[in-house]
Amino acid sequence: MTDKLPPEVAEAHWTKTRNLMWTTLGIWAVFSFLIHMFVTSLNNVVILGFPLGFYMAAQGSLIVFVVLIFWFSSRQNSIDEEFGVAED
Amino acid sequence: MSLSMKGDFTDNLGKIYTIYVGGFAFFVVLMAIFEAIGIPDRFIMWSYMAATIGIYAFIGIMSRTAQVSEYYVAGRSVPAIYNGMATGADWMSGASFVGMAGTLFVLGYDGLAYVLGWTGGYVLVAVLLAPYLRKFGAYTVPDFLGTRYGGNAARLVGIVVLFCCSFTYITAQVYASGIIASQFLGIDFGIAVFAGLAGILVCSMLGGMKAVTWTQVAQYIVLIVAYLLPAIWMSTVQFGIPVPQLTYGGALTQIAEYEQLLEVAKPHVAPFTNLSPLDYFSLIFCLMVGTASLPHILMRFFTTPTVREARKSVGWSLLFIFLLYFTAPAYAAFSKFNLMGLFVGAGAEANYQLAFTAIPQWMIQWGSIAGHQLVTICGVKAETVAAIQAACEAKGFTTGFPYSELKLNNDMIVLSTPSIAGMPIWVVGLVGAGGFAAALSTADGLLLAIANALSHDVYYKMIDPKADAKRRLMISKILLIVVALAAAFLARTKPSDILSMVAWAFSIAAAGLFAPLVLGVWWKRATNLGGILGMAAGFGVTMYYLIGNVYGFDFVKGTGDEISWFGVKAISAGIFGVPVAFLVTYVVSLVTPEPSQEMQDFVDRLRLPKGGTMMVQGH
Repeated sequence: MTDKLPPEVAEAHWTKTRNLMWTTLGIWAVFSFLIHMFVTSLNNVVILGFPLGFYMAAQGSLIVFVVLIFWFSSRQNSIDEEFGVAED
Repeated sequence: MSLSMKGDFTDNLGKIYTIYVGGFAFFVVLMAIFEAIGIPDRFIMWSYMAATIGIYAFIGIMSRTAQVSEYYVAGRSVPAIYNGMATGADWMSGASFVGMAGTLFVLGYDGLAYVLGWTGGYVLVAVLLAPYLRKFGAYTVPDFLGTRYGGNAARLVGIVVLFCCSFTYITAQVYASGIIASQFLGIDFGIAVFAGLAGILVCSMLGGMKAVTWTQVAQYIVLIVAYLLPAIWMSTVQFGIPVPQLTYGGALTQIAEYEQLLEVAKPHVAPFTNLSPLDYFSLIFCLMVGTASLPHILMRFFTTPTVREARKSVGWSLLFIFLLYFTAPAYAAFSKFNLMGLFVGAGAEANYQLAFTAIPQWMIQWGSIAGHQLVTICGVKAETVAAIQAACEAKGFTTGFPYSELKLNNDMIVLSTPSIAGMPIWVVGLVGAGGFAAALSTADGLLLAIANALSHDVYYKMIDPKADAKRRLMISKILLIVVALAAAFLARTKPSDILSMVAWAFSIAAAGLFAPLVLGVWWKRATNLGGILGMAAGFGVTMYYLIGNVYGFDFVKGTGDEISWFGVKAISAGIFGVPVAFLVTYVVSLVTPEPSQEMQDFVDRLRLPKGGTMMVQGH
């Protein structure tokens, strides 16, 4: 890379990237840990035979993780494009 | 496939794998026809093994290469979706395929810690590491550590951690492939291990990462079909709907009713009956962070064409892994439901005890496999009806035995379910081929991670930096064979301790590698000494706890001097090591001088996708 990005643009790009990182990890933490701490009360709700607490650990959180990664990567792409640092 | 297609292999991926899937479906149908016309079972089993190894070998030979970048990172030409499939196969080991449903069967809700832990880590990979490591353009994980933290000291610590977490893991994969080959082909385990070894080497030897990538895609297709088919079968038989992941709610309800009748103390869906909440959550944490630190997984994301593709490919990877992991709990529920049904079917008048005369054939068949205790009834290995009856009578059960006296080994649930549920032999053979594919693909990924680190980082970067491409590739291939043979000889001794150490790999990788990798990208202030000491401290604390917790200070198991902090289990030892690694890196970095301007610019460039890879590798 020959032309260096102006420092303030790089700074702004990184701030946005970092905020997206914290948001994504926040959602990740909720569905990895927080929600499963309430498993006993969630299990009182039964849908199609699935106790909800069990369901969240067996399928619910997993679906969230998959969607979260695809959402994250499209968000990060638009950030990169916004600052003109995406690959050509 | 004509040779003219070889040059533009990646342009024809869709076509090639469509032909492959069609061919595979045709083969399975052919096996079903063979069975219908009375061809012996043994022949069908051998055909499955021979055909799948044959196709992997074919892909391996077609993908042979003499180019360094193709050998190490598949020429960085693997599209996101295919890299996702390859990562799926790389990730799902023989143990995931064979043991996951069994673990859920035995542990119920608590087993879901594995399902969560082995999926959620990919969020960390996508957000924190994969795109930046791809941008850097290293060939191996220690390569990145060496460059970011100032040279060979960091590189060496990285290699030690990599070797510790990958070598026990690969031994277990070779062992698993040997077990599957010996059970399905009916040959001696000592010979079967080398059959597995041949299957592993044929994929990786000639073409390195390029060959492994394209065989892993093929292996993913075999293993996912083999996993889904029996579950779909059971769901259709039971509920008439071929979507097991939706219908097993019904099975869960039935299980709850059966549990009342059979007086089961630990209900399937009740949380924290086998693991305490502390164990449950620390296990999830260690498995997730470990996922994001295992070198053989991280290096898969070096192979995509762009940073953008690297990110997306993590999503595809998790989607493909998800397909297996969200089926596993369904598998477990259906198996448990079928098994409990046997006892409930005996009726209240028999006290829900299964009569000795009604013991199904499969219990004896699987129970009498030499060298493994797969089925245990009334505390004895289920070898003959007479032996079971004697043991049960000694316990006061005269006519039959209750559900609580039956114990199944985790590892037999998936492999035996097709025969227990009365599925035909062509399905049984398919499941065997799937388990074999899972073990081979993971073994290949691990083998490359170890051999590449030794050849690229130790030999090329540290011993002989002037070596030319030809020599480097030759050294790499020799090391590949040496490591594979070492793993095979170790696996042949059936080292039970080594096998239980596999679970340690996640904690070791998490504690040794996660902090330096993440801080290397996200914190410019991290210094060389901080990174090196952080790695060493995290790794050291975790190893100390693992060995101290399992063996104690005199290295003899069960002598009572084992250490235990807050009652944390060995498998979750990373819960101590990960924070220590972060803390040490942070503190040491702050007391050492700021990294050079050059290094800070390096980190800045790492953060911007634009501008191609940073490390220009010689060919």
